[in-house]
Amino acid sequence: MRSGVTIFPGSNCDRDIIVALKKITGKAPIKMWHKDIEFPNLDLIVIPGGFSFGDYLRCGALAARSPVIQNIKNHISRGGAVLGICNGFQILIEAGILPGSLIRNKKLLFTCRDTKLEIQDTIVSPFLSGLKKELHLNIPVAHNEGNFFASETLLNELKNDGRIAFKYIKEINNDIDYNPNGSSNDIAGILSKNGRVLGMMPHPERAINNIHGGTDGLKFLTKSFEQIIG
Amino acid sequence: MKILNQDLYNINKNEYQAQQKSTLVDAKGMGLTEDEFNLICNKIKKIPNKTELGIFSAMFSEHCSYKSSKKWLKTMPTKAKHVIQGPGENAGVIDIGDNLAAVFKIESHNHPSFIEPYQGAATGVGGILRDVFTMGARPIALLNALRFGSPTEPLTKHLVSGVVKGIGGYGNCIGIPTVGGETNFDKSYDGNILVNAMAVGLANKDRIFYSAATGSGNPVIYVGAKTGRDGIHGATMASTEFTDNSSEKRPTVQVGDPFTGKLLLEACLELMSTDTVLSIQDMGAAGLTSSSVEMASKGSLGMYLNLDLVPTREDKMTSYEIMLSESQERMLMILKPGSEEKAKLIFDKWDLDFAVIGEVTKTGRLILDKDGFEVCNIPINPLVEDAPEYDRPYEIIQNKNIIKINELKINYTVDEILAKIFENPNISSKRWIWEQYDSSVMGDTISSNGKSDASVIKIHGTENSKSLGKGIAITTDCTPRYVKSDPINGGMQAVCEAARNVAASGAKPMAITNNLNFGNPEKKNIMGEIVGSIKGISKAASFLNTPIVSGNVSLYNETNGKGILPTPVIGMVGVIDQVENCLEMNAKEDNTLLILGQSENFTQGWVGCSIYQEIENKIIDGAPPPVNLEKERKIIEILLKLHTKKLLTAAHDISDGGLLTTTCEMLFKNNLGLNVNLPKLLLKSDSKDPILHSWCFGEDQGRIIVATQKIDKVKLFLEKNNLDYFILGKTNASNNLNLSDITTICINNLKNSNEKTLPYIMS
Repeated sequence: MRSGVTIFPGSNCDRDIIVALKKITGKAPIKMWHKDIEFPNLDLIVIPGGFSFGDYLRCGALAARSPVIQNIKNHISRGGAVLGICNGFQILIEAGILPGSLIRNKKLLFTCRDTKLEIQDTIVSPFLSGLKKELHLNIPVAHNEGNFFASETLLNELKNDGRIAFKYIKEINNDIDYNPNGSSNDIAGILSKNGRVLGMMPHPERAINNIHGGTDGLKFLTKSFEQIIG
Repeated sequence: MKILNQDLYNINKNEYQAQQKSTLVDAKGMGLTEDEFNLICNKIKKIPNKTELGIFSAMFSEHCSYKSSKKWLKTMPTKAKHVIQGPGENAGVIDIGDNLAAVFKIESHNHPSFIEPYQGAATGVGGILRDVFTMGARPIALLNALRFGSPTEPLTKHLVSGVVKGIGGYGNCIGIPTVGGETNFDKSYDGNILVNAMAVGLANKDRIFYSAATGSGNPVIYVGAKTGRDGIHGATMASTEFTDNSSEKRPTVQVGDPFTGKLLLEACLELMSTDTVLSIQDMGAAGLTSSSVEMASKGSLGMYLNLDLVPTREDKMTSYEIMLSESQERMLMILKPGSEEKAKLIFDKWDLDFAVIGEVTKTGRLILDKDGFEVCNIPINPLVEDAPEYDRPYEIIQNKNIIKINELKINYTVDEILAKIFENPNISSKRWIWEQYDSSVMGDTISSNGKSDASVIKIHGTENSKSLGKGIAITTDCTPRYVKSDPINGGMQAVCEAARNVAASGAKPMAITNNLNFGNPEKKNIMGEIVGSIKGISKAASFLNTPIVSGNVSLYNETNGKGILPTPVIGMVGVIDQVENCLEMNAKEDNTLLILGQSENFTQGWVGCSIYQEIENKIIDGAPPPVNLEKERKIIEILLKLHTKKLLTAAHDISDGGLLTTTCEMLFKNNLGLNVNLPKLLLKSDSKDPILHSWCFGEDQGRIIVATQKIDKVKLFLEKNNLDYFILGKTNASNNLNLSDITTICINNLKNSNEKTLPYIMS
């Protein structure tokens, strides 16, 4: 599988996802510098987490206007798969590739913790099709602006179209707020209309070994790649 | 020095002012004494102009010169086989095997954080990260040791909230995980909070970069952010006591920009991977002044700078402002001649300023030009060599009064005391704080935020088919109330507790960075606290072979004459060969808990200076628990041996709140219970029995609780090695802590109050 990882000034989870992709595919993804526009055809592009352009203006706003974005849009129009994680999700929204908005966490605090995700019944998507039997994933979040916010109309549309990928759910025996950011309908990730673009706040690349963070992120990424290469 | 004339006045009126001869009044305004001013005039054989005086005052400040503590700092043990670089560079460096080096340092940003908590804390983090990557290391972990005033003070909430946001704001954005530290509250910090940030980085052993200038004629390069008018004289501000008007000093606090920090980090590491950098120095306290002077001084050379070439943020900045600005995210480098273009390309890529601003000279002088005039011409040597070194009078006051348990008035039952302990913000969970820090970015965090006694980070790139690779364990520790009662003992205790924490996470203790936070050293008793703790730290550090490789001193933490509790924070680093073998503090079901370092016959615990004493009698008094270095070393050795034999499943050091508190903490995570096996003498006691209380809550040192599934083998090994132990009992699923027939305590209730205390304070 040919994959690429975008790098903007201020990206800081690029190395982590590169490590994860290499672990799964055996091959290092190409690095896609934000100013570059020419890349080989890829099967998957990952937009990693971080603070692209220092979150200036709005999270992801400046990155969404970088030269590399046109390449990503072309890739999507060819039916390519894109995964935006955390700041990557914010960039996909700012670029108009995914709908809605990500506003400040309800408590106005940056939040880093493990979350439990429930996989939703979705349209056909390479990111979720391999996971149907698994009901839950434990994957950490770390963000300040992950509160997914949308109009009632859009929320209904996302639900009816099967484009809600993950929701935060309550842990048994745990009375801390299970939704780390107060997102509408507990949404943690959404899909594009064709199901091939996924934006999610949790960081699967931080859950790839069993002594810290668990391996649910690895499971999710591995299944995704199996589906993408078909 | 060239004569200043009307031309300069016409070009830049403020610069002309800065070139006027200074007076004693100017010197005093910059924090210098009359003696120091006279010394300067003598050494440079002229009356300095204001720019020159500003440079001297910054270099002579307590913050840069360590003038009150230098005499004593020199006595600390700094050498060992594994030490590559001790104090004196941007950070300390130790050999951790496999051709790798750990680079680390702790630094305070106390004064600025009190004046402006968000920026003060953020730039503290930024500064310590630059210290580490200046040495050629990629930072891999951040910790912070925080001290705030009384939780009931309205200002405390504002300060906690601002400092925590600031630490997270910088660390989260730059993408270095904040993995641990400590937070305490005490009214002595009401007017002076402590914000000590520690960073650890990883470098190749043979690719360490140093700051000494080399080669006359080599280009001096300025990189990073532009210079603005922020933080001017920050180092001087940090070297005085606060008064009620200290908020007027807000403009002396720097403003951090983690985004530029991230770009600078990547650009510097990229440049360092080429063969162009000869020496490099971060512009921290006293900015361009201390970086240029230190580089030149260490290389026994001079430096010429043309200040017109320094990238500035504002127009018409004077030489005084440029030299004393503490704008963040800047570096000074000396490059191999001819490599400027190649280097500039890297900084262009990262959209950072890159300017050749001068050259290394043979003159031994710092010569500065501005607007076509020579604005400073002073010898380098006196700035560093002649910085005053004071042998301040001191008196070490050691409280030798041993508090006996029957001197205490008993008000509460064991249950009530435990409840109060977990409601105490100094013991209770700091989740409210650490959830605001990104602890898992970089993907190498194995244990953070109290999952084990020290935080554990995997060393990237050392994994192989058999192991996840090497790891390092990091902790910060200090118990200020012990240091207050007995500085020598308190200094030893801080080192030993740090070492126990590192060992309890499965790592071998290696080396120390320390942050010495005290009040006004011109007072005899405070100087005694400084000298005493340095003695204690030194003694324990050399005994445990964990030398001090870097550190920072923060004095004058006083407001209106009232000083803080003496707080010599120890940051310790240890190494684990196979990181998957690190030890958690959380016990599992059906494991036997036993105390290493406590005998069957032990019944009377040490209550002086304990949290228990404070709860029962609202006072902290008497001698702190004594430290037995032989015992500390032995317990660490034995613990690590037991662990190597794979006999342990968890370990947790006994500290604040004593053994029952520690036991509860081990049961929380997995909702376990325990029938505590009491010593025979205590079986008949009731819940208000003083001896029972002292056994449960005494803070005797040199004890670690371990969990095992192989109790027989552990017993055998301990007996063979002649180490005292006491079997506490076997964990069960009941979620109840039973003390024989005396009482049954619900662990879940304690766990809930443990989690609720801090959110309640902050709500």
